[in-house]
Amino acid sequence: MDKKYIVSPNPHIHASVSTTSIMRDVIIALCPALIVSVLAYGWAELLVVAVSVLSCVLLEWAVTKWMMKRPSTVGDLSAVVTGLLLAMNLPSAIPLWIVFIGAFVAICVAKLPFGGIGQNVFNPAITGRVFLLVSFPAQMTNWQPTPGFIPIPDAVSGATPLSALKEAIKSGSTIPEFMSANNYDLASFLWDAGASAGEISAGALLIGFVYLLIRRVVKPWIPICVLGTMALISVIFHGINPDVYTGVQFNLLTGGAMLGALFMATDYVTSPMSTLGGIIYGIGIGLIAMMIRYFGSYPEGMSFAILLMNCTVPLLNMWFHQKKYGRA
Amino acid sequence: MGKLTFSMGGVHPNDSKYARECAIEELPLPQTVYVSMAQHLGAPAKPLVAPGDKVLVGQVIAEPGGFISAFVHSPVSGTVKAVAPRKDLAGNPVMHVEIAVEGDEWDPAIDRSKELVTAIPDDKAAILDKIKACGVVGLGGATFPTHVKLSPPPGKVAECLILNGTECEPYLTSDHRIMIERPKEIVIGAAIMQKVLGCPCVIGIEENKPEAIASMRAAVAELGYPNMEVKVLKKRYPQGGEKQLIDAVMHRQVKSGGLPIDVGAVVQNVATSLAVYEAVQKNKPLITNVLTVTGNKIPGNLQHNYLFRIGVPLSFVVEQAGGVPDTAAKLISGGPMMGKAISNLDATTVKGSSSVLYLSDEDTRRKPETNCIRCGKCADACPMGLEPFLLNRLYKAGDLDALEANAAQDCIECGCCLYSCPACIPLLDHIRQAKGQVMGVIRARAAAAKAAAEAAKAAAEAKK
Amino acid sequence: MTQTIIWTVAILSVLGLLLALILFWVARKFKVEEDPRIDEVEKVMPGANCGGCGFAGCRAFADAAVKAPNLDNQYCPVGGDEVMQKVAAILGFTVAAKAPQVAVVRCNGSCEARPRTNEYDGAQSCRVKAALYSGDTGCAFGCLGCGDCVAACQFGALSMDPATGLPVVDEDKCTACGACAKACPKHIIELRLKGPRGMREFVSCVNKDKGPVAKKACANACIGCGLCAKTCTHEAITVTDNIAYIDFTKCKLCRECEAVCPTGAIHGVNFPKELDKEAVKKRIADRKAKAAEAAKAAAPVIPAAEAETNKKEDANG
Repeated sequence: MDKKYIVSPNPHIHASVSTTSIMRDVIIALCPALIVSVLAYGWAELLVVAVSVLSCVLLEWAVTKWMMKRPSTVGDLSAVVTGLLLAMNLPSAIPLWIVFIGAFVAICVAKLPFGGIGQNVFNPAITGRVFLLVSFPAQMTNWQPTPGFIPIPDAVSGATPLSALKEAIKSGSTIPEFMSANNYDLASFLWDAGASAGEISAGALLIGFVYLLIRRVVKPWIPICVLGTMALISVIFHGINPDVYTGVQFNLLTGGAMLGALFMATDYVTSPMSTLGGIIYGIGIGLIAMMIRYFGSYPEGMSFAILLMNCTVPLLNMWFHQKKYGRA
Repeated sequence: MGKLTFSMGGVHPNDSKYARECAIEELPLPQTVYVSMAQHLGAPAKPLVAPGDKVLVGQVIAEPGGFISAFVHSPVSGTVKAVAPRKDLAGNPVMHVEIAVEGDEWDPAIDRSKELVTAIPDDKAAILDKIKACGVVGLGGATFPTHVKLSPPPGKVAECLILNGTECEPYLTSDHRIMIERPKEIVIGAAIMQKVLGCPCVIGIEENKPEAIASMRAAVAELGYPNMEVKVLKKRYPQGGEKQLIDAVMHRQVKSGGLPIDVGAVVQNVATSLAVYEAVQKNKPLITNVLTVTGNKIPGNLQHNYLFRIGVPLSFVVEQAGGVPDTAAKLISGGPMMGKAISNLDATTVKGSSSVLYLSDEDTRRKPETNCIRCGKCADACPMGLEPFLLNRLYKAGDLDALEANAAQDCIECGCCLYSCPACIPLLDHIRQAKGQVMGVIRARAAAAKAAAEAAKAAAEAKK
Repeated sequence: MTQTIIWTVAILSVLGLLLALILFWVARKFKVEEDPRIDEVEKVMPGANCGGCGFAGCRAFADAAVKAPNLDNQYCPVGGDEVMQKVAAILGFTVAAKAPQVAVVRCNGSCEARPRTNEYDGAQSCRVKAALYSGDTGCAFGCLGCGDCVAACQFGALSMDPATGLPVVDEDKCTACGACAKACPKHIIELRLKGPRGMREFVSCVNKDKGPVAKKACANACIGCGLCAKTCTHEAITVTDNIAYIDFTKCKLCRECEAVCPTGAIHGVNFPKELDKEAVKKRIADRKAKAAEAAKAAAPVIPAAEAETNKKEDANG
């Protein structure tokens, strides 16, 4: 044979799937929510997203090139996904240097020191977000609507609904009073949850998630378990005392519950691999998030809940395996 | 009727059966054939001829080299030139009988007429003897001697004969063609095996071969053997894997380390059934088989289904089929999922050869390996329910105990894990090694246990 | 406020004390009694846990050494005689000195000598590649070049030479633990006597094919011609399965085999001077002529035929 043919073990063909294609799908799935938030919050929001994504990509490129001295992993788009998710967790009025710090923590603390993509224990975007939340609480929670391209139906100023509510309850008013005082219409949360960018439209997030399901990028079990657990706990507590404990819709549609359950809890790297493990992980997130919301001092708990459950993933992976052929 | 399929894992590669319309052509005879002595699972056959011997088509040239082994017959008439080692398609030396072709004289005992013989002999032992004497082996890939498979060990009863017409590997069309062109012979072969086993028969065909389904259904109806049925299966790889097919058809799972007969199943390929028909009814040994010459992005005139004589060099097949296309970057014997890459085109065809497949560089070259992103796609794709990502990690750590606990030895090497891995990690390459190591440990343990038991027995007897 | 701090400090201190007590108790209660000599032996071991001795690690070696009746069956290839003497001193045994060894790569099929016949595209692992097929060159015996030996080496003594595609042993770092020899699926790497000042002669090829086949696959292959065996005056060289092998216990480093090898498959390393092939060949020819003369003088009738065969063999070689 003059021509040198390729020889390799089987299989000789490969599915048209790659890390890049998966990340591209996630980016596409985030687009509806992104568009809605940019429409609602205008240039400021666009700037936050741009700074976040650019910092993540540049930091990853620089660190892999100069510090880790290995081929850059920027091409797999995972840094773009981290940047997008981080931006969607931030208020649009946040100073841009804080965004950069968030990106730095996400990439240079949560992701690359562990070995880069696939090796990190904690979700980088959430780590970045939580770091900012505890370091810059004022900037992170004081939400001021930036001028958008289209008017928002129920503009709330000052704080996200959850933190406003928390304050209201502390000062002695009941939930129904708070709701009517602030002119909240529960149905409108589907469109406007009046919080950080990614939380503005649960509807848009759901559309993106359905796209991921159709493309078979993720399985629905984890989000179902997260949201199901949150709903169940809300029903029970709200049933006991509707004056102090918020209801189902309110809990599912505010405080990043949707964004967290659909896009952050389903992150491949930091979620369990088996279905049963995923179910336990999801229930754990829902439980912890609701406990923080009802009894903790932070107004919302998704980020902390996901980070805490991230810790359990290695154990869940060790304990739960999928069913094997011909073995009981 | 709902379409059947197996219960876990599997992938859906594009079936690419470009040669499905190509009728079977008979491949001309080359000047020399090289008959391998290792063309079945188990011990290699022992040559019975010496250089200078004259042989006829169908004459025995080698006898079984062990219990799991098979007779080998001369595919051509002529003179034995040499009995010597020659490189197989992986480049490793294997004993071959080299025969210079002279004319085409057949052993007179072989019935070469086209006439269909539908009457099935009564004597089961005689049928099995004939299958054994004709060197019939499983043609679905594993080339396990058929007579061994048709003789269940004592205490085991066959409840269902599954005829495997799934041909789930992409590109391959040889089974498809014989089901269209020779359905009656296949059905009679199945009826013969049914007779031996005394059980019903299910012929499983994947839905992407409607012509084959129609043709086989018509043949079953026309010949009217009892307890025989064609069932349609979903298109899904590796449906044709023995364990997966049993799961799909009978909804039973073979225990790890067990045999299909443990759950009452015997699986035979349709091509094997045809060989059984020819052996029992026509006295014709297994010296021919059908292979597909195909590939992606190659012109139609290079696509063929050939009836070839075993022992014809691959280079001759390729030459007759119009040469290797310029776009081909890899040559494969077998399907794209489980076939073997050909490193030596001078290698010869064997009983189980099912194709010569050309793949282009962009389709077959592996992409660079990147970090595992723990997506779990490999575990989703594994038809044995294993976790390839975990086995890969354990192999790298050299943890044999954990590999065994996580069932590395159950791997069927179907390639689904590597096929579906977005990070292109060579999962199967490593797991195959792990499987080999674990099997070694299991075998050593079994041998040690046996030796210990025998020693104890001897000691007990000495005491007496 | 002050009170809170005091309480915090107090509670934490008490808690710490309590836990320390529990730890202390547990450590006492569950202490495993071991022969103290195991620790002593382990201390003098190199601590690389390479497994070169055949035990799982240095501690396993120490454990076995303490229990064994003598040290005849144990040797630490990494620490060598120095460590073995120390171990023997601790345990009260005596051990004989062993000559130091070194890993030797017996393949010199460099990229240009051994052209590639196909392109390997599987996992970069010699074990995987060897299980798949005979390799991407015409030689089914030679180095596969995926570097399993490099990965197996705990001491960083092996590296792949990108120019030749073959592994190179750093003799200063090599401890002759044998991990690379075990890792090589083609059994190319052998542990050989390091030799005086590192000087060694070895056949750098393991190709068992017949001469012409081997030569076609690789220009540097040993073709099993047997010239070296015929030349060797120390009976150190044997040719079996078309491959020459130099017994390093008999070799006297005269370098005559190296000079006569037609393919350059015999390598001599660490010699102070470069080999003057012509001079050595002349020396051999002179010796042969003298021997022939002596034979002629001793038995004047038979030698004609013998000289004839000698000539023929030379011509064949």
